[in-house]
Amino acid sequence: MMRQIAIYGKGGIGKSTTTQNTVAALSEMGKKVMVVGCDPKADSTRLLLHGLNQKTVLDTIREEGEDIDLEDIIKVGFNNIKCVESGGPEPGVGCAGRGIITSINMLENLGAYEEGIDYVFYDVLGDVVCGGFAMPIREGKAKEIYIVASGEMMALYAANNICKGIRKYATQGGVRLGGIICNSRNVDNEEELLKAFSKKLNTQLIKFVPRDNVVQRAEINKKTVIDYDPSVPQADVYRSLAMAIEKNDMFVVPEPILNDELETLLLEYGMLN
Amino acid sequence: MTERKNLVVNPVKTCQPLGAVLACLGIHGCMPHSHGSQGCASYLRMQLSRHFREFIPTTTSSFSEAQVVFGGSGNLKQAIRNIIHIYKPQAIGVSTTCSAETIGDDAEGIIAEMRGSGELPEDVVIFTASTPSYKGSHVTGFASMVKSAVDSIAVKGAANDKINIIPGMISPGDIREIKRLLALMGIKAIIMPDISGVLDAPMTGKLKLYQDGGTPLEEIADMANSSITFALGQEASLPAALGLEEKHGVSAEMLPLPIGIENTDRFIMELSRISGKPVPAQLEEERGRLVDMMLDAHAHWYGKKAAIYGDPDIVEGITAMAVGLGIEPLYVLTGTKSNRWEETVKTIAPNAHVINGGDLLTLKDLMKEQPVDIMLGNSHGKFLAKEMDMPLIRVGFPILDRANLQHFPVVGYSGAAWLAERIGNTLLDWKDAHVPDHMLELIM
Repeated sequence: MMRQIAIYGKGGIGKSTTTQNTVAALSEMGKKVMVVGCDPKADSTRLLLHGLNQKTVLDTIREEGEDIDLEDIIKVGFNNIKCVESGGPEPGVGCAGRGIITSINMLENLGAYEEGIDYVFYDVLGDVVCGGFAMPIREGKAKEIYIVASGEMMALYAANNICKGIRKYATQGGVRLGGIICNSRNVDNEEELLKAFSKKLNTQLIKFVPRDNVVQRAEINKKTVIDYDPSVPQADVYRSLAMAIEKNDMFVVPEPILNDELETLLLEYGMLN
Repeated sequence: MTERKNLVVNPVKTCQPLGAVLACLGIHGCMPHSHGSQGCASYLRMQLSRHFREFIPTTTSSFSEAQVVFGGSGNLKQAIRNIIHIYKPQAIGVSTTCSAETIGDDAEGIIAEMRGSGELPEDVVIFTASTPSYKGSHVTGFASMVKSAVDSIAVKGAANDKINIIPGMISPGDIREIKRLLALMGIKAIIMPDISGVLDAPMTGKLKLYQDGGTPLEEIADMANSSITFALGQEASLPAALGLEEKHGVSAEMLPLPIGIENTDRFIMELSRISGKPVPAQLEEERGRLVDMMLDAHAHWYGKKAAIYGDPDIVEGITAMAVGLGIEPLYVLTGTKSNRWEETVKTIAPNAHVINGGDLLTLKDLMKEQPVDIMLGNSHGKFLAKEMDMPLIRVGFPILDRANLQHFPVVGYSGAAWLAERIGNTLLDWKDAHVPDHMLELIM
């Protein structure tokens, strides 16, 4: 059965990098994967496609009208991973949120989800600022959410806020939180802090991804780590994250905490010292 | 009566762009443009056609999904180019719609950009009003568009010998009556907007995109040089008058619509005071005849209870007239939200139940608790009138189920005479229809 997964998290936390490295590992396991970038910047599939050479769904609609073919908007990248960029307007005009709704509807109408795909990953812009950015977790879409965070205060603050949004949709339908992925910033006690934070939210720290410069080196070469050098230890980290997602059976309605509680937690783990 | 907060049943208002389009139709040679999807423009045209039974030209930016995502700027620019090229207007009034407002399209900025690029002909005036439907009502949209047109077009120059009148959302017949009164007084006025000669244009066998009527652009420009602006009605007319005062120092005076004898007296006396001209004998005679008619028939309506609903300024005028006749307005209701209006109406009819931002279900609930003898308002109340078995005098907007009423004024002494005839004789018709046969009277 096809699993649809949405990745959320604070802007700049490494959602796109983590998503692409993880799906590279899933594809290595023989899974058929599609990545749908839901960010007007359209940079969610760069590492899989070896560069920003994806024509977005919305650009295609704008130029060719609504009568378009699936091949126009899906590009095949590393290990046959299907890549779609929703795209969006230039900064300051139009409505990016509506853009996500339009492009996901278009993908559904064109039957993008009907071809033996095991996983669809939605890589969503940092802040869920309006209804459009919650489109991937509406009923009938992604049922699993992973939040990328780090031990930095604002990342945890954002993760907690996203949980409030998930809670709202969870009460309307089947969407659940599958866990927190820590993309390490080398903060003191980071893993313990994230474990405690996840527990408070009634979820799990599904994977601690340590910081490793090979990720940046791979990025500069427009590749995922597995694509760039499959033998490095960081490649195994992503393989293990992919396996954890594949085997995950802990799906919860998160319980967001109060900001005071969050600050207490940070104090407890020594971050504010 | 249970309190309802999140449900409106049978609203007494419609959307802002409708008023904005109507305002544009009162400007000579002006094309009303709706910046949004096609359905909006269709509704605006259809609803106005149903009321006026005239051709309503309106253009649209024709949004599709792509414009909502990428912004409607490109479509607006192309629409303006097309309108100028194909329909050759003297002016274009752009009103926005919900979708355009929600995605943050800056219609005014887009037009300024076109103007700055030099691609627009100098002699075509374009003005814009921000008119999302989730704020205000058609009356708000009307007021905003009139203000925008006046703000954009009026230019300070040498003083003229005219006064300005902003007549509000009244019918072509009403505007003709105001013009007749001004002519009798010998007062020169710029009436803006002026839908007479547009929405009551004569049948000539020829279809005209722009009718002969409508306030000419030169006159709107000259509004900056008049001695005073009379805003007839605070909701529909005051904003434009205040704009002229602020920008060009033309003092603004708010008057209620001259509906009923007292409001008409006030209007005539103000005209006389401002111009220094006496009230002509012909008008005094007209007034005298009205008083005679009121006396002859007062027994037919005196002490009757009324429910009055519709657009705020007209409802305020009708309420004043009803009080003047000795009718007791029990319920006075508008769908447009305005606490200022509510306060004004409460001073006119202190015993009335006054509701702003209400709907017809509220009126129904109230009327079930304590019924009235007559309803005065637009066509939407006909179902309630039938259910409650009571007469309805159609007045205001929209009137969709009776023809030609917009030709007959409700303003001025003649408007008051027509209303008095309607009210009195409608009550008698109703009585005749309801009495047992042996009680049917010949002399009433």
